[in-house]
This record gives sequence, structure tokens and C-alpha cells, in this order.
Amino acid sequence: MNALVVASAGNALVWVVWVVAAFSCLGSAVAVISFSNPFYSALALIGNLASLAVMYLLLSAEFVAAAQVLVYAGAVVVMFLFVIAYVGPRRETPWSGGPSWQTIGAAGAAGALLVEIVVAIGMQASGSLSHDGKVGATFGTPAWVGRVFLVDHLLAFEITSVVLLIAAVGGVILGAHTRREVAG
Amino acid sequence: MSGPDVAWYVAVAAVLFGIGALGVLIRRNTLVVLLSLELMLNAGNLALIALARHWHNGAGQIFALAVMAVAASEVCVGLGLVVALNRRNLSLDVDSLSELKG
Repeated sequence: MNALVVASAGNALVWVVWVVAAFSCLGSAVAVISFSNPFYSALALIGNLASLAVMYLLLSAEFVAAAQVLVYAGAVVVMFLFVIAYVGPRRETPWSGGPSWQTIGAAGAAGALLVEIVVAIGMQASGSLSHDGKVGATFGTPAWVGRVFLVDHLLAFEITSVVLLIAAVGGVILGAHTRREVAG
Repeated sequence: MSGPDVAWYVAVAAVLFGIGALGVLIRRNTLVVLLSLELMLNAGNLALIALARHWHNGAGQIFALAVMAVAASEVCVGLGLVVALNRRNLSLDVDSLSELKG
């Protein structure tokens, strides 16, 4: 009896954490696309990434949650903030001036995309997407991810490193090219 | 694990993808378009991890990590382009950047 009470309390706690994470995730996503100042949009993206990391923890993906916070909030958003500070504030009021045909078309296209996703997932997996029992205790831990990455998916790991190297070389070439243009 | 079904996570991922797509289509500032692109990539990641949990399969989490690496590369090249545009004193409005020739 006592164990049942504890279990249902834990269940309610998971639900509360999930609801808070989901609403802050969607709310900060709306904030990202609504702020007129891109600096605030980048700051709202940090909230979005943090609430997504909470949801990854609920899905027992500890390593991905840690990587999310380190890579996205630690590196990507800081890069964004540096570049926004470098190019200076360029305000753009997204919802002003009344609805133009462009805005209506964009909203219609995004809504159609959402409907398409919902219909595709619903037809593919209607009713089968419920939890079925526990996963192993090691699921999602760094040791498990490392073993899966370096034993089963070694080629993907190597290709990822090549992609990152090519992107870094591309960034350097973009910077060097424009410097020569400006100097000459 | 007790708590919400995987379907709830996938629903959040779908709505997040829709919000990101709306941002990409509706905003004209290049930086905000890149930020909205990050939202779409993260929605894909959330769906991948939720379904990896559902099928008890590690490949979804591995793919999510690969998506993170691709997002980092995209930010590297995209922000490099933004800085290059800014150095040439071009506008950062995506509507005015309609020609490949600067």
C-alpha cells in the first residue's frame, strides 16, 4: 500500500515535470520567432534547449541531455550571441504592418506542414505509441552510448568527424576570402 | 518508466517543428532564420530520442548525436556567411539576398 502511494506520487511528479518542460519548450520556441531583437531570440533559444534537455532526461537519454546542454547552450548559442553582437542590433518587427500575403502564405505553409506530420505519424502509429515496460538501467548512460557508437556505428562516428572538419574548413575559407576582398 | 506516453513527446516534437518552420518562413533576418532552423533540428532530435526510448533501440540516440554535429557544422558555415555578408556591407534581409552574385 505504502509502495503504491510512493509510486503514484512519483508518477505525478514525472507528469508535472513533463508538463512544465513541454510548455516552457513550446513557449520559448514561440518567443524565439516573435522577438524583434535577435539577441533576445538567442536567449530564448537557451530556455528551449534547457527544457528539451529535461525531456531527454525523462526519456532516459542522460548522455544526449548532457551533450545538448554542452554543445548547444555552451557552444552554439554563445557563437550566435557573439555574431549578433558583432553585426550589431538589427531590429525587425515580425508581426507589425498587418498581415501581408507573404505572412499569410508562410503561416499556411507551416500549418500544412504540421498537419502533414500529424497525419503521417497518426496513420503510421495510431495507438501503438505507449510505453511498454522499463528499459535496462544502462540505457542512455555514457558508457552504453560510447559502446554503441564505437562498436555498432563506427562508420557514422568517423563520417561525423569528417563533416565537422569540412564545416570548419569552410568557415575559415569564407572568412579568409572576404578579408582579401576587403583588403584589395 | 511511469509518466506520459511517447505519443505526447512526439506531439510536442511535431508542434515544435511547426513553430520552427513558421519562423523560417515568416522572419526575414538571417540570424533569426538560423535560430528557427535550430528549433526544427531539435524537434527532429526529440522525436528520435522518444522513439529510441519506445523501441528500446540505441540507434535513435546515436542519430540524435549525429544531428547535433550537423547542427554545429551548419552554425559554423551559416554564421561564417553572415559575417561575410556583414563585412561586404550587404543587408542581412533574406528577401534582398535573392542573387548569388553579391
